[in-house]
Amino acid sequence: MNKKIVTIALGAALSLSASAALADTLEDVQAKGYLQCGVTPSTPGFASPDENNNWSGIDVDYCRAMAAAIFDDPEAVRFTPLTSKERFTALSSGEIDVLSRTTTWTMSRDTNLGISFTGVMFYDGQGFMVPKDLGVNSALELSDAAVCIESGTTTELNAADYFATNGMNYNPVVFEDQDEVVKAYDDGRCDVFTTDSSALAAERFSLADPDAHKILPQIISKEPLGPSVRQGDDLWFNISRWVYFALLEAEEYGVNQANVDEMLGSENPSVRRLLGVEGEFGSYVGLPGDWAYRVIKHVGNYADVYERNVTPIGIERAGSLNDLWTRGGLQYSPPIR
Amino acid sequence: MAKSQEQLHERRSLSSLIYDPQFRSYAFQILLLLVLVGFGWWIVQNTVTNLQAQNKTTGFDFLSNTAGFDIGFSLVPYSRESTYLEVFYVGILNTLLVAITGIVLATLLGFVLGIARLSSNWIIARLATIYIEIIRNIPLLLQLFFWYFAVLKSMPSVRSSLELVGGAVFLNNRGLYLPNPNANSAFLWVQIAIALVLVGGFFLQRWSIRRVELTGERFPYIPVFLVLLIVVPTVTWFVSGAEWNITYPELNRFNFQGGIQLPPEFVALLFGLVIYTAAFIGETVRAGIVSVSSGQTEAAQSLGLKNNDRLNLVVIPQAMRVIVPPLTSQYLNLTKNSSLAVAIGYPDIVNVFMGTALNQSGKAIEVIFMTMMVYLTLSLLTSMIMNWYNARIALTER
Amino acid sequence: MSNDIAYVRKEMAPDMPPPVTQTGIMGWMRKNLFLDIPNSLMTILALAFLVWTVPTLFNFLIGNAVFVAEDGTLCRAPEAGACWAYVIDRFDFYIYGFYPDSEYWRPNLVFIVAALLITHLLWPDLPYKGISAIAFFVGLPILAVILLNGGSFGLPEVTTEKWGGLMVTLIIASVGIVVSLPLGVVLALGRRSHMPFVKYVSIAFIELWRAVPLITVLFMASVMLPLFLPEGTTIDKILRALVGVALFQTAYMAEVVRGGLQALPKGQYEAANALGLNYFKSMYLIILPQALKHVIPGIVNSFISLFKDTSLVSIVGLFDLLGTVQATSALVEWKAPHQATTGYLFAASIFWIFCFGMSRYSMYMERRLDTGHKE
Repeated sequence: MNKKIVTIALGAALSLSASAALADTLEDVQAKGYLQCGVTPSTPGFASPDENNNWSGIDVDYCRAMAAAIFDDPEAVRFTPLTSKERFTALSSGEIDVLSRTTTWTMSRDTNLGISFTGVMFYDGQGFMVPKDLGVNSALELSDAAVCIESGTTTELNAADYFATNGMNYNPVVFEDQDEVVKAYDDGRCDVFTTDSSALAAERFSLADPDAHKILPQIISKEPLGPSVRQGDDLWFNISRWVYFALLEAEEYGVNQANVDEMLGSENPSVRRLLGVEGEFGSYVGLPGDWAYRVIKHVGNYADVYERNVTPIGIERAGSLNDLWTRGGLQYSPPIR
Repeated sequence: MAKSQEQLHERRSLSSLIYDPQFRSYAFQILLLLVLVGFGWWIVQNTVTNLQAQNKTTGFDFLSNTAGFDIGFSLVPYSRESTYLEVFYVGILNTLLVAITGIVLATLLGFVLGIARLSSNWIIARLATIYIEIIRNIPLLLQLFFWYFAVLKSMPSVRSSLELVGGAVFLNNRGLYLPNPNANSAFLWVQIAIALVLVGGFFLQRWSIRRVELTGERFPYIPVFLVLLIVVPTVTWFVSGAEWNITYPELNRFNFQGGIQLPPEFVALLFGLVIYTAAFIGETVRAGIVSVSSGQTEAAQSLGLKNNDRLNLVVIPQAMRVIVPPLTSQYLNLTKNSSLAVAIGYPDIVNVFMGTALNQSGKAIEVIFMTMMVYLTLSLLTSMIMNWYNARIALTER
Repeated sequence: MSNDIAYVRKEMAPDMPPPVTQTGIMGWMRKNLFLDIPNSLMTILALAFLVWTVPTLFNFLIGNAVFVAEDGTLCRAPEAGACWAYVIDRFDFYIYGFYPDSEYWRPNLVFIVAALLITHLLWPDLPYKGISAIAFFVGLPILAVILLNGGSFGLPEVTTEKWGGLMVTLIIASVGIVVSLPLGVVLALGRRSHMPFVKYVSIAFIELWRAVPLITVLFMASVMLPLFLPEGTTIDKILRALVGVALFQTAYMAEVVRGGLQALPKGQYEAANALGLNYFKSMYLIILPQALKHVIPGIVNSFISLFKDTSLVSIVGLFDLLGTVQATSALVEWKAPHQATTGYLFAASIFWIFCFGMSRYSMYMERRLDTGHKE
């Protein structure tokens, strides 16, 4: 009897906010009228809310770009802040439609968790930050140091690998969420703070005295951060992937948020295909022909997104892995044709 | 006519079946069983489908895989090559360490508080009341945050550590550093001697009680026991040639090395648990003492019992009967509350196993099941011991 | 004759006043503070402790505290105490989380209604309790969902991600009590049932949840609940925490109610049977009204624990009161040495006011119920 009542109560409670995520995510998203996007609770430059819960960051702009492609409205997106523990369950259970949360693309995640990565929004690598007055100049001098790490991340595993391969001891100080890690480092609980170097740069500004800390030159891992979707919905996978490529393609052909309307009249066939003037590429991903035009109009190209979000936290793009392939970087889009 | 009689009879037997308590009871239980089985089947089906959709496998094979991460504080050797099973053990040991230390300290502080609340000294009683009323009504998690984040912040840094006891003990924002008394192998004999004295003390006490009951003569077993406890191990110490080899904490490039290191996470958790639980134990103790009616004390006085005997033979045994059951549930609460370690980064079982290991292995069901089993086992063990103790001290009515 | 003896008093001598050391303030001090040497020593130690702490505390909390400031500059001064200006600046966030300013009246209204209903329910000897019980256990949840979530009756929708602060703390605690009380009664009756299967299922359920810490239940709810439901069903983060809290609290409530059921004399059960009442009627009319009345203090005490325990949801990423305080405790513009401490003090005092108030009520009820018991 007891269980029965529990079941009924549960069922009643669930019906309040249950929604079925069908296999066809696009249809589902269009039906509910907005995109549900999983982001980090607060990483400046990637995703962070202001006082009025308005989100900004490169991960956030990616979600807005998808919303723009689908709805012609970059605001038709709701953000779900997720801890590293919750993120994959949230995606696979259908709580969110796309996970755009500084998540490293690894083989096990791509194959064994029922999710697929669709692109690399940001090529990152793990680094170390230390207070300047310690006088440390290289990560190899960190033997016996106390190291602040966020738990449940690739960071934690990389640090263990790095110290083991270099024959150094260390004392890990591990917390559940990034805020606590930063707070503990700032309070002097550890000598070193390690995470993705982009996050290090961003978090440096939340410290009491940013100038008293420096980031060591060593990068100890490859951290390709990108959005991911559930496995088994190829159309949705393609939308997610090609929205990312459209950002790059637009930059490569010089189409940006400011000049996108002029560019509609461009003679360049690549630009015409991108903006939907020529061909019907939108229909291949179940979207209207001007899908990429909407993305660029509302959100901009990759350079716009980068400059708006990542440049302010002090990470230069020129010459980095995140530069366009034409300038020696790794950001490369297959052609739209 | 006959037909309607028959119908009536049939209806009666049917309706009497409905109103038959025995039948109703069986029917209801079968119904409940079906509902439960159905519900369980529904959950299992959903879980299987969901796991298949996520391409995940289930099973406990992952326990022998390499964990790949490090743990900052461990009672047994642990490195990144250790397996998930070893993570599980490290977590259990760390939980037990903080729980047992906490229980001992909280009991001491709690008894002091309970007695202080009943003190005839007005100011002491008031202070104890204020302590209990403040601490009991603030969430433990908030207190832990305070002990960890606010107090840690005000601690000196490694370079300017507080030196206590003439440079043997150091306190800074990385924790508390104590000298480590490593003894040589001959110390084993001293340990054996202490164990023997403890066992001997137990029999001494029983013998002396029997003696009092038979002859009325008293044997001062407590002083004798204490003297033996000091003398026997000391003599063994010198005879066996045991010696200390004390290592002191020393500052090297970043941190203190050597000695015993208590990380601030452990200290803060222990502090928080002890202070919080002691407030509850204090109330329990007070209630226990108050529950012994003053008539008992007066009766003991009129029998001519001395002050100490009155307490030891009349008041305390009766108060303990009231104190022990809620005291045990406070011990269990403390053990369960130690899981809040996860909020301040002490590597207990919830933090390293249900947190990190779950994240890194992705085996949510198996990990949560194992963690819950640990707590369930602890709880069942405690209640078994409790029941045994209760049966032993229960009022034997003649 | 003997009447005339001069040295025998004819009337009683007037009572002498007791010695100065036994009455008045001196007598009180002697009796309560300086009875003997150990007592006097303890008094002196305690006084020294007070002299040492009280002024320091006063200076920290009030004397040197910063009440009005635009940012953390004043709080960063070396002698500055608590930084109350920071709490005042973040006050709305601590109470409502991200809830939009223009919609604050909605949570306010819900909590005023809830407070009125609770007052009516808990105030002894008021009539029409049945009506407000129904309103509290059925009407209020519906009203709360409509008002807080919005999206109907022309109210703009405020999704649960925007809920936060004290509001979430109160919501979780209220839902915990609204769900756990009826379910707890059912489980407690189940545990005392004569049907073995019902009994053992109830015992297993109660003991399982009571054996594990709440945080593991919350983790389970947030990680495993999505796995247990049909593929594609999603439930809100707050709802998941609520399911965990409700399951947990139900087990504790069942034990409290069982205490009340056990305390009832057997004669009450037998009398109900003798009247020919069936099980449900005898429970509803005879047993439960008496049993529940006697466990009101127990229910309130268990509610106090629940109220404190709601702070654990901040570990699974919800912004309850403690979560909002913790989230802003490193805010850059208010960076100051006592920033975190001030936030914790604020949260602590709110929790304390609620819990202390409830514990006083429970003690009052205990005394009230006690008098009826004594023979």
